[in-house]
Amino acid sequence: MNDNLIDKSFVKNPGNSDGILNGRAFKFGDNISTDLIAPGRYFHLRSNLPELAKHVLEDADPQFAEKVKMGDIVVAGKNFGLGSSREHAPTIMKLAGVGAVLADSFARIFFRNSINIGLPVLVCDTSSIDQGDSLKIDLKSGIIKNISKNTEIKFNPLPDVMIKILSDGGLVEHITKNKGFNL
Amino acid sequence: MGKTIAEKILSQHSGRDLVAGDIAVVDVDVVFAQDGTGPLAVSQLRKMNFSSVANPSKSIFFIDHAAPSPRKELSDSHKVLRSFASESGAILSDINGGVCHQVVAEHYACPGNIVIGADSHTCTAGALGAFATGMGSTDIAVGFALSKTWLMVPHTIKVNFEGIINKGVYAKDLIIYLIKKITADGATYRAIEFSGSLSNGLEMEERLTISNMAVEAGAKAGIFATDAKTADYLKKQQRGDCFREIFADNDAVYEQVINIDCRTIEPMISKPHTVDNAVSVGKIGEVKIDQVLIGTCTNGRLSDLRIAAGILKNKKIAKNLRLIIVPASADVYLDAIKEGLIEIFIKSGATITNPGCGPCVGVHQGALAEGEVCLSTQNRNFKGRMGNPGGFIYLSSPATAAWSAVKGYISDPREALK
Ligand code: SF4
Repeated sequence: MNDNLIDKSFVKNPGNSDGILNGRAFKFGDNISTDLIAPGRYFHLRSNLPELAKHVLEDADPQFAEKVKMGDIVVAGKNFGLGSSREHAPTIMKLAGVGAVLADSFARIFFRNSINIGLPVLVCDTSSIDQGDSLKIDLKSGIIKNISKNTEIKFNPLPDVMIKILSDGGLVEHITKNKGFNL
Repeated sequence: MGKTIAEKILSQHSGRDLVAGDIAVVDVDVVFAQDGTGPLAVSQLRKMNFSSVANPSKSIFFIDHAAPSPRKELSDSHKVLRSFASESGAILSDINGGVCHQVVAEHYACPGNIVIGADSHTCTAGALGAFATGMGSTDIAVGFALSKTWLMVPHTIKVNFEGIINKGVYAKDLIIYLIKKITADGATYRAIEFSGSLSNGLEMEERLTISNMAVEAGAKAGIFATDAKTADYLKKQQRGDCFREIFADNDAVYEQVINIDCRTIEPMISKPHTVDNAVSVGKIGEVKIDQVLIGTCTNGRLSDLRIAAGILKNKKIAKNLRLIIVPASADVYLDAIKEGLIEIFIKSGATITNPGCGPCVGVHQGALAEGEVCLSTQNRNFKGRMGNPGGFIYLSSPATAAWSAVKGYISDPREALK
């Protein structure tokens, strides 16, 4: 596994410095499963995440991996990330450049995995966001500005434990720094 | 105030008096990963500088999803797990063992345990009165390293299956019916407690099928209270000494109580591409099938194979149809051979593969061609699941699957049981 590449991408998260994320919206529907994000037929690429990332969300939008740019934002309906526990799903989204995921709701394991690897996942009403809208997310104030539409959306604050894990840089970093849990 | 089963088990493992909504660090009893999630867990363990696990006799790496390995990249992943297991002292369940969830139920999980696994269907062990939940590789790496994890105590939905179960209707039909009713995210972040007069009469293998699919409604855990059937099952597994009584208090607080009169439930079919897109078999119309899969952590147990063999005995599967049968574990396989079930399957035209996940996750042993239709006893039918986004997966009980394999299109198993 190419650990360096993963690490670099985590550090490079465009929102980490000032908590501001800017990107274009890529809109998806309800029930986007981890099979659509990281298809089982690429099981053998799980030990080669940069290669697997070339197929990210392929079965939901075959051109997504080509179109996505650093910092772009995935916007979806309800129950995003349902299905398998494969952490490879949020990991390759992050590797492909996705800066954050906004959804009406998330499946539990995907949500937890995303925080553990440092991908911001935010629950909000996404109905007013359209494909290609330019978004500015302020992680600290909890507000998403839709620059294209000149509107504002509030997102639900993360639980405190998750903020602690995120701000340590992920779960591995949290455990290493604290020599165990310190939540 | 009384407690739900989830509140009780989590309180006992944290040394604190917890109620739904609390967040706590808890001790875990059983930790596992499989060949799809294990290598990443190992790499996270190494990043944290761990080369051992906290509780070797209850830390297990399974090689079941791509077993035996169909390609070199996966052979390398398997090698990572084999060498880390031997280095750390963790248990390795190699390609001969079977699907993780079945082996955990047979040999590792005990009532009152907290079980965490890097696989979403870890909730299966809830059938034994354990709090069992799936997580990702990083959480599981920490679980291996420390025998601890953090959890939010879930609110609980109580589902009472009442009445009687009709002939031709099985545990699989009950759980598909429930998921259709509450939808694929109807229990997200919640625990489900399965109760009611019918649930209490269910055999352990039927309970395992129901708990297995709790996550298909988004649930964190799907738990049965323990009873004489739990004790008997453990005794049969030579683990009678790990039995404990696990039950909710009478005045436990539930977020919701759902009562289901099972007399009205018919054999159910989930249509592509979501589990909650379900109808009773009578409403399915004519759906021709190319492949049938009987097996997986949902329905690859001995009782499932018995039901299928009962229908397939002295019959042939339809022309131009493949029937793949995958025993869930080595123990199941051996019992099926001893009972003559495997002979019935082979004579009917079925293909038997080794214990494991088989074609369920689309890696090998039965990927679908473009436009092909599969009827499967597995637990999910998402687009692309069986290796091809151009395939169509329907879900049913083993009885419906077996009878449909004979007919060549999705058929009502009650026709075979007349
Ligand atoms: S049998 Fe299917 S659902 Fe069960 S663990 Fe294996 S891949 Fe997952």
